[in-house]
Amino acid sequence: MSSDARQAGIKPGLTPLRIIVGLILVLGIIVTVLRFTTGLAGVTNLDHSNPWGLWIGFDLLCGVALAAGGFVTSAAVYIFGLKKYRSAVRPAILTGFLGYALVVVALGYDVGIPWRLPYPFFVQAGPTSFLFEVALCVALYLTVLFLEFSPAALEWLGYSRLRNLIVKLTLVLTIFGVILSTMHQSSLGGLYLIAPSKLHPLWYTAYLPVLFFVSSIVAGLSMVILESTLSAKYFNRVLDKSHQQEQDILPLGFAKAAALILLAYFFLQVISLALDNDWGYLTSGYGLWYCLELSVFVLLPCFLYAVGYREKNLRIIRFTSVLAVIGIVVNRFNVSLVAFNWHLPLSERYFPSWMEVVISIFLVTLGILAFRFIVTRMPVLFEHPEYRDSH
Amino acid sequence: MSIDRRTFLALLGASSLNLVPALEAKGASKHFEGYPDSYGILFDSVRCIGCRRCEIGCNEVNDLPLPEEPFEDLGVLDKKRRLNERAYTIVNKYHPEGRSAPVYRKLQCNHCLEPACASSCFVAAYTKTPSGAVIYDQSVCVGCRYCMIACPFNVPAYTYADPVSPRIMKCTMCYPRIIRGKLPGCVQACPNEALNFGTREEMLSLARERIKGHPDSYLDHIYGEHEMGGTNWLYISGVPFPELGMNENLGTTPAPKLTSGALAAVPVIAALWPVLLGGIYVMNKRRDTQAEQEKDQAVTRARTEADEKAEAKLKAFKKQAEQEKQEAVAKAVHEAEEKASSQTDEES
Ligand code: SF4
Ligand code: SF4
Ligand code: SF4
Repeated sequence: MSSDARQAGIKPGLTPLRIIVGLILVLGIIVTVLRFTTGLAGVTNLDHSNPWGLWIGFDLLCGVALAAGGFVTSAAVYIFGLKKYRSAVRPAILTGFLGYALVVVALGYDVGIPWRLPYPFFVQAGPTSFLFEVALCVALYLTVLFLEFSPAALEWLGYSRLRNLIVKLTLVLTIFGVILSTMHQSSLGGLYLIAPSKLHPLWYTAYLPVLFFVSSIVAGLSMVILESTLSAKYFNRVLDKSHQQEQDILPLGFAKAAALILLAYFFLQVISLALDNDWGYLTSGYGLWYCLELSVFVLLPCFLYAVGYREKNLRIIRFTSVLAVIGIVVNRFNVSLVAFNWHLPLSERYFPSWMEVVISIFLVTLGILAFRFIVTRMPVLFEHPEYRDSH
Repeated sequence: MSIDRRTFLALLGASSLNLVPALEAKGASKHFEGYPDSYGILFDSVRCIGCRRCEIGCNEVNDLPLPEEPFEDLGVLDKKRRLNERAYTIVNKYHPEGRSAPVYRKLQCNHCLEPACASSCFVAAYTKTPSGAVIYDQSVCVGCRYCMIACPFNVPAYTYADPVSPRIMKCTMCYPRIIRGKLPGCVQACPNEALNFGTREEMLSLARERIKGHPDSYLDHIYGEHEMGGTNWLYISGVPFPELGMNENLGTTPAPKLTSGALAAVPVIAALWPVLLGGIYVMNKRRDTQAEQEKDQAVTRARTEADEKAEAKLKAFKKQAEQEKQEAVAKAVHEAEEKASSQTDEES
């Protein structure tokens, strides 16, 4: 471990960042203990009218959307044949895998009886539920992501025979991953279809599944751009030459795609608005907030991505990727928290407790630490010398 | 943990091999008129005096923990309360506009004909029984609380404070009692016939009778006859239901219909996507191989052309060399002949 750490160029010692990370970990562990000893009531602000809070709104909805980079990138490279983005596949799959793994961990905090999470598959299934769809696809997709990522781990461990076998499955796994992603990304939106009386009409639409799916592609593209920026900054020492070169062409292609999809998303939103004839709501407070969401977090990134692509300006593109990621979070928060239970008086509305926030930050931190541990060791941001050009 | 047939089929269906969820969803989208002879309960807000006896009766027959404020404290009626983990039923007091006397309304599970809770639960913990009661099975519940999101009447409550085996709490329509021919606890406790029990049909007729008999006291609307596709608990009132905190905008679409269409699309994705994606892959692959082939051809063509040129050059070169050689030979012969002839000239 220590030799590994030295190898990866990590210096020992306390830095402010490390102190903060340590603090988050300690707090996270304390709240975890509280959660499982005092129940949900001990740590959350959930109540009977607000059964879903931050852990669903952020950890599940945003987590799954932002982990879409894995299926988006692998589909682009292996199905659409855009081989020039090949070096982005592994980091994207890795973030996807870690993202989904953390989603499952977060669900372990959120559901009342976590050890029963496999019940829908092994004890009694409720196939009329969108949640069943979500659970099944997430479980299967986590497995797919694990397999898709395993070649990197196997190269690192030196199991080349198994590695070659799994690499042969790449296409099948990719197709399976896209199917599962389409299904559960949209099913997450579908969860809210059952509650038209609770979700504000501006956000409630029969198109929710489509909107969730389309926006998840934007989330995936933006996350991959963002990741490549961050990796270039923080893991430059492990990036090899082809990865460094693709660092510059990838944002261009992905920005162009994201601009187009954001435009489509915008029109879908307008169409759903028109179909439900919700124009009247636009002048209310919620209407303003809805217009803000559409303009600042949909149209603006769409425009900026397009400009960044035309002018080949990486700085604009990178900035936009942050904006778009925030936009996805805003949208998921709106559907699950802000516009949900909108008719309830303010005193009965939900606001997360600090301990819920701690757990969300704790899990994200764990994800980043795991990412760092893996990329500084396994061939993710560089190609393993023995397998160059073989995938 | 054994996989039963239903689970297995569902797994198959959801994992794209057949269309079970679509078929099931289709089955659910036919409007369900309710089990024949299922029971119903009629709540009459005109007769309700706000005594909270039904709350006590419910608490006793269901062995629930005592509430924080004693039942005798009628002051709590003034607070807007909701159903919670200690109470399957609650009575709230309302002051409708233009009325001096308050109006009371009892809340509990409405036992929908097609319950949102049942259709939303991913372990099918809820069952709509032929008696009309919607009952919940704690032994499979994961505690995801999606049923609480789904219920349009905000009924299910959760024991959040229990770290080990938290559960949903909601009115059972006194299922264990009614199947044995007993009255529900709340109905039995009601001193003023504000609660009535019978088959749903009987309750609908009773409601219509009361409305017809006292058209001044009642509004001509039986809440629950059609709301959310109909419920087994029915309400009549002298004031508009929204004044009693009841949502009149729920529509008549039963909850399962809200999702069945979109759910039916899921297997379609599972069936069509592989074909589509495979097609795109093959097209790209072919484009790539074509490009590859063209490149190969171009290379060979270039190579043969070069070869031919080189050969022609060589030939020309050889020809030239030949010619030069011949010329040289001819020249030498000529020279030799000349030399020879000059020698003969000298000798002679
Ligand atoms: S009122 Fe709510 S909890 Fe009761 S049956 Fe209907 S959906 Fe289920
Ligand atoms: S909380 Fe329990 S009963 Fe409610 S939907 Fe989840 S698993 Fe089903
Ligand atoms: S029917 Fe039974 S469980 Fe439901 S409110 Fe009445 S007494 Fe309580």
